[in-house]
Parts: sequence; structure tokens; C-alpha cells
Amino acid sequence: MAEQFLTEDRTSEVMTVNMGPHHPATHGVLRLVVDLEGEVVRDLRPVIGYVHTGIEKSCEDKSYWKVIPFVERMDYVSYFFQMEAFCGAVERLVELEIPERAKYLRVIFLELNRIHSHLVWLGTTALDLGAISMLWYCFRERERILDLFEMATGQRMHTRYFQVGGVIEDIPLGFERKLREFIADMPVRVEQYQALLDRNEVFLSRTKNTGIVSRERLLELGVTGPLLRAAGEPWDLRKAFDYLAYPQFDFKVPVGTIGDNYDRYRVRVAEMVESVRIVEQALDGLPEGPFIADDRKYVLPPRSELSTSMESLIHHFKLVTEGYRVGPSEIYYAIESPRGELGCFVLADGSAKPARVHFRDPSFVNLQAFKDMSTGGYIADMICSLGMLDPILGGVDR
Amino acid sequence: MPDAPGLELIRGEIEAAHPGAVLDTGFAQGRAVLSIDPARVIAVLSWLREAPGQEYRFLSSLHAADYLPAAPRFAVHYELLNRDRVERLRVKALLDDPASPAGGGVGGPAPEDASATGGGGGSPAPTGPAAGAMVLPEIDSCVEIFPTANFQEREVFDFFGIVFKGHPDLRRILLPEDYVGWPQRRDFPVGGEPVTFTYNERNYG
Repeated sequence: MAEQFLTEDRTSEVMTVNMGPHHPATHGVLRLVVDLEGEVVRDLRPVIGYVHTGIEKSCEDKSYWKVIPFVERMDYVSYFFQMEAFCGAVERLVELEIPERAKYLRVIFLELNRIHSHLVWLGTTALDLGAISMLWYCFRERERILDLFEMATGQRMHTRYFQVGGVIEDIPLGFERKLREFIADMPVRVEQYQALLDRNEVFLSRTKNTGIVSRERLLELGVTGPLLRAAGEPWDLRKAFDYLAYPQFDFKVPVGTIGDNYDRYRVRVAEMVESVRIVEQALDGLPEGPFIADDRKYVLPPRSELSTSMESLIHHFKLVTEGYRVGPSEIYYAIESPRGELGCFVLADGSAKPARVHFRDPSFVNLQAFKDMSTGGYIADMICSLGMLDPILGGVDR
Repeated sequence: MPDAPGLELIRGEIEAAHPGAVLDTGFAQGRAVLSIDPARVIAVLSWLREAPGQEYRFLSSLHAADYLPAAPRFAVHYELLNRDRVERLRVKALLDDPASPAGGGVGGPAPEDASATGGGGGSPAPTGPAAGAMVLPEIDSCVEIFPTANFQEREVFDFFGIVFKGHPDLRRILLPEDYVGWPQRRDFPVGGEPVTFTYNERNYG
């Protein structure tokens, strides 16, 4: 019996291993059921839904302006993008044009959020690969972004800053100086990250030539964002579609060549630099004027008017109690989030509450490519690919 | 986006290839919508994907909506995208609810139970015995032509109980596998979930 046990070929045996949902390398509560042959991944099934909280259903019971803080909590790392997707969709439904200044302010915060999101990704993924110091450096810069958010919005995360019609408040005094200090520092910091990683032998051998999926296969699977661009497809909704003030800015779309994990890393790091450039241009060209539209049917009147104007008081009361009604219509509005195409589908039935709010979350769709990225490789490469995939499970499960 | 005349041209071409497949066209907020016969969904999607001059090769999003109390109650939306021309086109397959030939109102006994007892902590699970055995609307799966639809069709099945025929692995995806009911339907109440932790209610309620 013992002899048979010893002579048995243990390497070709396929073993099914459960990984997660509480595993630090899954970046959230993702469970993976992995078929392993020795150390080689033969098949993989992601099991999701552990943080499903029914946000889409809850939104159906909220008036439009109350939906904003709900949808922010889906993808909790890129909350400004969820807000923009939802507010933009509703603005298009009610045909509300937002002022130039609001567009610029939104771009500033969206791009800061993109840098923030990529910093979280870089810190945690490098941590998975053993580069522990990266986490502290990335979170140091992330802290500065969160301080900026706090200064302008009062909240570090889930800021509820974007409103249907613009943004809730203008940026405060001193914000510009602080932001300029940040954008002057950030490119230097990115160079430092690259100096730490680009010639790091361990990092290179872990990332180069691992997790390759062809561009055609990624497109079939509906993958968008940095993953697709790393495979050489220069597809970016900021360039393709005209939304907010993006056509007025000069920025590049970084692309990779073969689409391995190293390319994914390079694309995201390059995107941080491009985002800094966008923020700088938006700050330089920030137009004067109102920061929120002046349509009292959708936008709260200024607080100062409430004690002097009966009209304003009535509008304020109606907006806060019932909210505004949106005529029967539906829309799908998509923007480029740090992870790809973030689409928001809003169905209005004429009442003050949306009949359906659906988010096409890029993490959810991109996760389908994970099997292609991992099968045939080592289990260690699977961890690397998962980090480079950058799923946010709050967005996957909603 | 194809403009309104462009949409009519597409309709005409589909009509020539698949007579009767297009039920309606719509153009609102600058977006083109093609309402189609759910039985012909694969034919129309393949045509839009392959036909020269169309080539909507990217499926951005697949989601569903419940239009209760409208007569074809459900719709599955396919947000198609041509990335070369940067054009979006929404294809909408309207589905009747086979469980209620009247066209709405009665979606199973469960929701009524739950709303009768109010949204309070002790409301029963929306799991009437008929809920699981309900006749479900069906549509063909498009995973063959758009592999990206795999997770998204499972999500629609999970929340609306729309069955995608030919889907390789049609199981619940976000909700637990033993869950009963289709929570994104409009007749499923918010707060219809039983509260599992009732300590406070028992002691202080």
C-alpha cells in the first residue's frame, strides 16, 4: 500500500482547490475554484456574489438625487466615475446641459480619481508580488488625493460631489494651490515607482510573458480599459465619444504590445501621467461661471435665496421631498472608468424614482477573461494576473 | 449613432433579409433603438454583426428591464457598438411574461404576501411555492456570437428569471444558488428579504 502510494504519479493528478473568498490576494471577496495539475492551472471558475447588496434594486425605491450616494458604493475605488455615469445619464434623459465650469471640475475629479484608483491597484498588486514597499509609496500619494477630495467635498471617499446639473459646490480657496503642488509632484513619484519596479528582476520575471490573451479574444469577451489597451488596441471612450470636456484636452492613450502582465502594468502607470496632464490642463483652462446648472426644476436653489424668495422655497421643498420627475424614457450612457467601459442604464417611468438603474461594470465583464489569462500557467502567475486584472468586487457584485 | 434615416435604412435591410424581424424603431436622446421579435434575436444580431456596412462587432452591455404594467413586460437590451465608426445601436427584444397572459399585475403570489405584512423585519421570504415553478419567459442565448454575454445573461436570468436557451451554464451568478424568486422584477418588493438577525426585535421590539 505504502509502495503504491510512493510510486504513484502525483504530478499529473488534477486537484481542485478552493481559493477565497477570504484570501488577501483576491482583492476583495472573490472565490476561485481552481483545477490544478501540479502547479499548473488547468481550469478556473470564479464564484462571485459574496458582496451583492442589491444596490440596483434599492435604487428603484429612491428619488433620483438619492440614488447618487448608492451607486457610488458599487465600485468603491472609483466612486466619481459611478456618479458621473449616473448623473450624466439622468442629465441626458432630462436634456439638461451642464455649465462649462462643472464639466472642467468633473474632469479634474474624475482624473484624480483615476490616479487614485491606479495607485490602489499598483500598491496592492505589487504587494502581491512581494514588493511591499510599493504599497506604502502608493498609499502616500493616494492620501494626498483623498485630502484633496476632503478639502473640496468634505468627504474622503463616497463624496456625493457630482449632482444632476453640475457639482454641489465650487472648489474652495487654497484648493488650486494644493492641487498644483500635487500635479507637480506626481510625475516624479511615478518615475520613482518605475525606478523601483522596471528593473526589479523578481517583478519582471513574474510579469513578463504571463497572462497573455490575444486582442481578438479580449474583444470577444467584451474586455475594455487598460487590459484591452495593453494588448495593443487603442480604444478609450474619452477619445471615442464626446462627453464632458475631454475633447478639449491633449492627452495620449498608452497602449501595450503583446498584452502580458508587464504591458498591463506599463499602460496603467503611463495612464497616471496622462491623467496628471489632463488635470493640469483642466486647471489651467478652468472657466469662470456657475458650477451647477440654473434649472430650478432639477437643481436646488442657492441656500441664501430660501429666506427671501417664495419661489425658491417651493422649489427647494419639492426637490427635497418628492424630487423631480423624469418622463418615460431610457438611456445607456457609458464612460471610461479606470477599469474600462462603465455604462449606466436608466429607465424612467415618469415618476420621481427610476424604474431601473443598471450598471455595466467593467470589473464584472473583465472577470470573464481571467480564465483565459490563467489556464496553462502556474498558480503564482494566476495571482499576478488577478492583480493585473484589477477587479473591484464591490463593482462585480453590486 | 446611426441617425433616424440611417436607422430606417438598417430596418429596411433587415426586413429584406429577415422579414418581420423588426417590430419598431425608435430614436430618442440621440440614440437609435431597434425593437425586434425575440424569436429572431440571433438572426438579427448575427446580421448586424456580420453584414458589410454594419459590423456591430462589440456587445457593450446586455441587460434587461421590467416594463410592468406594459404589455410585453420584459425587454432584453443589447447595446451594440461599432468601434470603427464609433456608433452605438440598441437592440431591444420585447418579451411577454408567460406567467400572466393578462400582461401584468400578477407575478406570482409571493410579492403580495410580503407587501401585506409590510416592510417590517418579520416579513416572510418572497418564496411562494409557485415562485420556483413559475413559467419563465425564454429567449435564445447569444453567447455563441458574443462570448461576453455569458456573465451578463446569467445576471439577467438571476434577477429577472429570463431563460436564455442554449446558454452553456445558466445558473444564478450573484445570488445564492438556492435563492427563490426574481428580485429585479418590478412586482418584487424592496425589503422583501427576511431579516435573519432578529435579536433586537425579539428583545426590544
